[in-house]
Amino acid sequence: MSSSQKNWTARLRKSTLESMEPQDLLPDTQPAYVASWIYVFGVLTLASLIMLIATGLVLTLEGPAWWHGSSVGHFWNSMHLWSVELFFVFMVVHLWGKFWMAAWRGKRTATWVTGVIAFMASIVTALTGYLIQTNFDSQWIATEAKDGFNAMGIGAFFNTLNTGQAILLHVALLPLAVGIIVVWHILLVRRKGVVPPIDNDATLEGGAF
Amino acid sequence: MVMKVDPSKKWTGPVRSYDIIKEGVIAVVVVGLLAAGLSLFFSSPDEPAVTLKSWAMTNPADFAQTATGELAGTTTSAGYGAPYNHAAKGPTLGPLKLQDWAGVRIPVDPAKSFVVEPLLMMNNVDATSSAESWKAATPDQQNKWATAYADALGKVDGATSIPDTKNEFGPVPTMVSSLLVMAKSGALDGALTTSDTPLPTNFTKPLLFLADSEGYFGDLASKQHLGGDQWGVMNETGSWPGQSWLWLFSLWYQIEPFKSSGNADTLVMTLMGLLTLCLALFPVFPFIRKIPYLIPIHRLIWKKWYARKL
Ligand code: HEM
Repeated sequence: MSSSQKNWTARLRKSTLESMEPQDLLPDTQPAYVASWIYVFGVLTLASLIMLIATGLVLTLEGPAWWHGSSVGHFWNSMHLWSVELFFVFMVVHLWGKFWMAAWRGKRTATWVTGVIAFMASIVTALTGYLIQTNFDSQWIATEAKDGFNAMGIGAFFNTLNTGQAILLHVALLPLAVGIIVVWHILLVRRKGVVPPIDNDATLEGGAF
Repeated sequence: MVMKVDPSKKWTGPVRSYDIIKEGVIAVVVVGLLAAGLSLFFSSPDEPAVTLKSWAMTNPADFAQTATGELAGTTTSAGYGAPYNHAAKGPTLGPLKLQDWAGVRIPVDPAKSFVVEPLLMMNNVDATSSAESWKAATPDQQNKWATAYADALGKVDGATSIPDTKNEFGPVPTMVSSLLVMAKSGALDGALTTSDTPLPTNFTKPLLFLADSEGYFGDLASKQHLGGDQWGVMNETGSWPGQSWLWLFSLWYQIEPFKSSGNADTLVMTLMGLLTLCLALFPVFPFIRKIPYLIPIHRLIWKKWYARKL
């Protein structure tokens, strides 16, 4: 091993800053095949995530029970809810779009896998959001969901009936986790470039397919 | 003409101009406007939370029966097992006793936590002395009293107390009536949420107690089509869309063998875990990774590209 291969700093620089040209990260051109509505859904998912964080931050200003008694609070709660609904609709279209494009080709498996992790992390984040509504729906969901988590031995550590725990997970740890995995996902896309179309000559990728 | 492209190589073919930041900004504005439109038109649901007080006021007989059930050890939480108590081993997956192995990390002894301890906090001699005589009795004696009283209550529709003509209920009728008074006043809600800390953020005890009710909490949920057999947690109160992305998870609970299995939670959670793993492995999954080639939806997606003149 050469000294620069052993150097943690050098290795980090190579695998991050030097793995991409500025033009890859913030491109002003795209391959000519990047011309389809399906590409919009990844961006829309990301835009919904940005809206989610923004509206969530508004809700944090006055605390979890604000929206029960204030029409302004209720409006921002609605904004947060509809951003979630849009987020998942866009994400699912994005997911199936990428499936039909076999967008994992050309060493893009990690992009796909980070996408799946983002999907799962988003589901758990959304569940904790439903748990902290501080209304009947959250009470009911908490008592139902506890059995699933308990059955897997998770409930002993993540107690859906502990509203305080759910609030902290929902506004701190989980959005951070989703944010990090999404940034990673998008950096992978930018680094690899958008996958080219499936052409007749598919033999390039192992065997008949 | 067949164009040979290696998808792992950097693209060197024709490009078009594109403004990634402008597209991102437009997307945020579009989503913001969509969300604002939906919020103004449809708002969001907010059914008020329920309390032990609202339960005791709305259905006092059900409250009395459930409280007696906690003493007799017949409710869901009294027989739950980990993570609350040692009453049962809980669901298992073959040799895996995940629930049990995780241990009793959130100790709740329903008879003690929901009934006896709150009564001892009450400023009422009948209440405290009935709880004291309960505590002084043997578990066997306690069980006889509570079971006899539960039977008697169950026989009379709407009853919140039954006279002890044969002297077989011990302190249980006084305990249950006192707890009902306490619940109606709202003091029980306070007692159960502040038993661990004076500043409550944890609602484990009142929610477990509420969930044990047979004629209140679950009924309210069924009216809002939130029951487990009504696709449970993926629904939302009223007619708003809920967590529709949980549809596959909810689906299993509606069909056999899960529907009637006592182990449904473990089975469904495990199955979903495996399916998620499969989804993550699509890129290397033998048959599935070929589907996009066999069903050429990509021809539509890249229609313009395939139709280009070379
Ligand atoms: C929080 C959720 C997600 C966000 C914000 C997100 C965002 C994006 C964005 C902005 C792109 C680039 C534009 C595009 O091709 O559409 C992209 C590409 C991609 N996404 Fe996602 N995504 C998410 C979830 C997923 C999921 C669940 C999957 C699949 C399981 C997935 C798989 C992919 C793949 C394979 C690519 C690369 C496509 C290519 O090279 O052409 N993503 N994602």
